[in-house]
Amino acid sequence: MSDALRGVVVAHGALAVALVQEAERISGQAGTLVAVSNEGGSREEIERRIADAVAREPSVVFVDMPCGSCFFAAMHLARQTEGVRVVTGVNLPMLLDFLHNRTLPPDEGAARAAVKGTDAIRKP
Amino acid sequence: MPIVLYRVDDRLVHGQVVIGWGKPLNIGFIVLLDDTVYGSDWERDLYRMGTPPEIELRFADLAEAVRQHATWRVEPANGIVLTADVATMAAFCQAAPPVERLNLGGIHHKPGRTPRLPYVYLADEELRTLEALQQAGTVVTAQDLPTTRAVPLEALR
Repeated sequence: MSDALRGVVVAHGALAVALVQEAERISGQAGTLVAVSNEGGSREEIERRIADAVAREPSVVFVDMPCGSCFFAAMHLARQTEGVRVVTGVNLPMLLDFLHNRTLPPDEGAARAAVKGTDAIRKP
Repeated sequence: MPIVLYRVDDRLVHGQVVIGWGKPLNIGFIVLLDDTVYGSDWERDLYRMGTPPEIELRFADLAEAVRQHATWRVEPANGIVLTADVATMAAFCQAAPPVERLNLGGIHHKPGRTPRLPYVYLADEELRTLEALQQAGTVVTAQDLPTTRAVPLEALR
């Protein structure tokens, strides 16, 4: 088992792949996040995809919306899997911060990500 | 007819339902007809958490839905009745008529099902169940969003 948290991004269509690609391109850290799409899957199938990405490791699952198929599938998995926490409203700033704070415990990693993601929403 | 949509969608409450259909139909409540969700406090809390506050989410098992259907149909707010599978919706339609129109919104791949549309996979038995419903008077179409074309059941054979 790795000491670092896994980061799994779950979103509609191609959004998760795009977020992961850009987070890795900006940070220079490749292969540290896993993208999961809800495309063509029932809730059970999406949950299975997330479970494969989590791979029984301590993880933070980043979901695009606080409702919907991705959210329900992630929450279902988190309830049954120790060390998995869910954060909604995924954005690039929270992913970039997460990549530099992957040694936190899952609860703290998820809480920090939620704060960092919220901090990035401003009206300059 | 305040129940403005009867829908089979194995993702249950999700964006297409709440936003795609919910906004243009001015939905005030969604009935989630699912025995598993109905029987689980945790699942009910989860679905409430994921539903916008302006939409009232109600839970029912088949018996409760059959009891309440007539009441839902005369409420002032528009509603959706939602099931995850064909069998549950068929049982409801048979036990609590009338259901004038049935929408197939998202039935995804499972062993035994074959693709009929990108968002509708059906086993032959499910297709026969839907054909029987249609013969009994319920018009069955597949349509993921109100902005897309309604596909008649005959085209899913």
